[in-house]
Amino acid sequence: MTIYQVALVAVVALPALGAAVVALLKDRTARLVGTGFAAVTLLPIILLPFARSSADGGLWTEVDVSWVSALNLDFHLGVDGVSYPLVALTGLLTVLCTAYLQKSSGRALTALLLVLEAGIAGTFLSFDLILFFLFFEVVLLPMYAVIAGWGGEDRRRAARKFVLYTLFGSVFLLLGVVTVAVSAGTGDLAELAGGAGLDRTTQYAAFTLLAIAFAVKAPLWPLHTWLPDAHTQAPTVGSVILAGVLLKMGTYGLVRVGVGVAPLGAEKAAPVLGILAVAAILAGSLICLRQTELKRLIAYSSVGHMGFVLLGIATLSETGLQAALLGNVAHGLITGLLFFLAGAIKDRAHTGELSELGGLRETAPRLAGVLGFAAIASLGLPGLAGFWGEAFAVVAAVQRGGGLWTTLAVLAAIGGALTAAYFLRLLRRVTHGPARVPATVASTALAPGANGHLLPGVTTVEWLAWSPLAALTLAVGLAPALVLIATSAPVRALTEALP
Amino acid sequence: MTAQTVDHVSLLPLYAAAGTAVLVLLADLLFASRAAIFGALTSGGIATAAGAIVVGGSRVGTFCAASSCSWVPSPLAMVAAVVFAGLTVGVLGLSVPSLRLGTAPAGEFCFLLACSMTGGVVVGYAGDLITLIVGVETLTLPLYLLVGLRRFVPGEKVSTASASASVTFFLISVISTAIALLGAALNYAATGALHLDRLVDGVGPFAPVANAGVALLVIGLAFKVAAVPLHAWAPATYEGAPLPVAAYLSTASKLGGVLALAAIVARVDAAALTGVLAVLTMTVGNLVALRQTRMVRLLAWSSIAQAGYILAALALGGAGVAAAAAYSVFFVVLELIAFGVVVALRPPGADGGSLLAYRGAGRRSPWLGAALVLAFAGLAGLPPGLAGLFAKVTVVDALIDNGHGWLAGVVALNAVIGLAYYVRVSALLYTKPEAPGISVVDPALLEAATHPRLPVSRAVGFVLAAASLVAVALGFAPQLLFDALS
Repeated sequence: MTIYQVALVAVVALPALGAAVVALLKDRTARLVGTGFAAVTLLPIILLPFARSSADGGLWTEVDVSWVSALNLDFHLGVDGVSYPLVALTGLLTVLCTAYLQKSSGRALTALLLVLEAGIAGTFLSFDLILFFLFFEVVLLPMYAVIAGWGGEDRRRAARKFVLYTLFGSVFLLLGVVTVAVSAGTGDLAELAGGAGLDRTTQYAAFTLLAIAFAVKAPLWPLHTWLPDAHTQAPTVGSVILAGVLLKMGTYGLVRVGVGVAPLGAEKAAPVLGILAVAAILAGSLICLRQTELKRLIAYSSVGHMGFVLLGIATLSETGLQAALLGNVAHGLITGLLFFLAGAIKDRAHTGELSELGGLRETAPRLAGVLGFAAIASLGLPGLAGFWGEAFAVVAAVQRGGGLWTTLAVLAAIGGALTAAYFLRLLRRVTHGPARVPATVASTALAPGANGHLLPGVTTVEWLAWSPLAALTLAVGLAPALVLIATSAPVRALTEALP
Repeated sequence: MTAQTVDHVSLLPLYAAAGTAVLVLLADLLFASRAAIFGALTSGGIATAAGAIVVGGSRVGTFCAASSCSWVPSPLAMVAAVVFAGLTVGVLGLSVPSLRLGTAPAGEFCFLLACSMTGGVVVGYAGDLITLIVGVETLTLPLYLLVGLRRFVPGEKVSTASASASVTFFLISVISTAIALLGAALNYAATGALHLDRLVDGVGPFAPVANAGVALLVIGLAFKVAAVPLHAWAPATYEGAPLPVAAYLSTASKLGGVLALAAIVARVDAAALTGVLAVLTMTVGNLVALRQTRMVRLLAWSSIAQAGYILAALALGGAGVAAAAAYSVFFVVLELIAFGVVVALRPPGADGGSLLAYRGAGRRSPWLGAALVLAFAGLAGLPPGLAGLFAKVTVVDALIDNGHGWLAGVVALNAVIGLAYYVRVSALLYTKPEAPGISVVDPALLEAATHPRLPVSRAVGFVLAAASLVAVALGFAPQLLFDALS
């Protein structure tokens, strides 16, 4: 076993072990130890890129051990340019979230975050279909517990909706995965790549099942209705993980498993996916224009952004898939940051209603500055991370040509403009305008902030959590090659398999 | 005709199980101490499991006529015998606190449990229909008594719930046995086959008779696994029975029914009937479980639904037996944990109570809460209950492999309905106590006073730990079970 293989297993095993240790410790130590485990997990993640041999387009490193031969299940982990950025994002966001929890109590929450990290990283690293399904399911109950245990007023309903909706999606994943594994006689994604060993009918059936499964997770309009509730009710760290990496399991799965295993089915379904993706972009933006609550607005904006990602995937071109992968990472960074900020604002103002917020620029200039940065990044300003993924999804659609795809590109571009509109509206409401004293704070009038307004300062823990995300947003925006450097070979392998 | 030689070695598990019953009876007579009785049953159970493992799964059968045998060791029979022995010892462990309290005479209780175990062992090894039905009856007969075996200490409120549960169970069971026997007889009349390996689908003018016989056999045995629409006895009986006996009913008794059904459907075509029963059983079981407000009834309906998943695999005929058997083993382990936690959270001798009684129980007893979450997650087929996830994957895999994709879809959709109630109860375990209507200085103290944390007896704790360990081990190494079954 090489050191890289050890690192690969450690990415999944360390957080899992950490969760077990944290669950057995006392609260304060547990939070520190949890953060320690999350931080240590970054080491193998940093180590993995060195395993890459520059010429080879295949896996950087892999571990393949037979686990349950009766079910064709191998413990097959691997990493390549498509999965690595998402694994790194998972590791980063988990560290930031566990560090963020230092200011509040939450031993169980820390443990759950580590379980989530193990599940999400495992999903991105799995190169076996059944193992992929297994890790896909690992996140379900911990995320339910995060929302139901630490969420807002209406958390139970939102958590139940989340868990039942996503399990409903998993049903299709299970059926799709088993259909593929049974007809091909193997669950190995590397062997199955390009639809090897599957006839046309099986590929159609498998892609339909898998696409529905991933569409629920991503989520794709009209299967998105669980998302706004879950986001609004989830605690800050829950929202960050949910938007930052959990949704990416859907889009990643669609690229790796859907397009990878059933290219013929993907080709057939591409127009439908494209239309739904553009519908998601437009619906998301239009709904956002009418939103009155901060977290709900950001949640719906996710629907729009994931629409761009799915549009990129639907074009099935090299440009489109790369745009989708970049969009995935950018959305994870920016929306993670936005949810951190929304949480910070709600903590201070005790409300997320846009009508009750205002004048943040005066009361908390630093917070307002970071919010402005994140919102502008999210609306896709060139030079920041959000731009590349969305612009090139549109470009890929235009390149694909034909009446349908050109129309879709135009509509997506209009959706992009609407995105700018609602984010500017958000900024006008929240940061500009007269400073308003939220009703709840006014009634108590004893809030520790200066003269009953929002607490102006940004604490060290908050800076610690936000600055890496802001810096990476800028870095990826200036040099998208950071994410894309290793994707071209695996993406070309995917597109070459297409008819 | 010469007297045939009997291979006594292959009968070891049966000797051990039957010997256990006798030993328990003797221990009760000679020592009249509970410790001796418990020791006899425990060591007998271990001996039975050991005997089954010694015999193994590849030995030739005994009691043979021509090439067909009435006692056939097989890998499935070996696993079944081990599981029956384990369940018996486990249920004994769960009963220890209430037996100490004197809710039932220990000697009789343990004797009946050992008899039931003997029946279970016979079902697994049975090679002909008569042995099979006798085995099933030996498994259930002691349970009529166990369900009703409830003494009340002076001053305790006397309830007839267990007596009426016993009578319900008895009547339904007798009828179902009659139906199964009628089916066996009709099938014998039409095809002349009694040995399982000679069972064939009817041909010629007698085909309708043979088919009716098979249908009646399946229906008779479907009563035992509480398949819808032959399920109505189960919730009432579970609710009325003492908790450990309810645990035995929903695990060992159900496993016996599944083994018997598997023996039939593997040889003759009953796919349509089994498929319909499967769809009805899982759907109705899950939907009704959604509305339950009492713990044991919820577990009863959920175990009805679980039987539906097993029946779905059996609808494949011989190809589904391995999947059904694997699912059953995963299921009984998880179900035993669930019942074990309920026993541990309730005072000795009490019933399962209302779901509200479990509010916040996971906060008071973290280990018990974790065990119940493990069991429920497994029953819903989700991690951390990996054993349950592999169980679901096994069944879905078998169904899709044999071209029953639609039935796999029904199974998977039912898992979503099932999750709704499993997650509701699991969340209830961690809900904070309701704020009292009056102002209280220390709500936590009031909660502790009204919902005291009961001490968990050593036997119950040991059974729970062992069962959880088995569930976790099977979750990480399910191949062990698949290897043992093949």
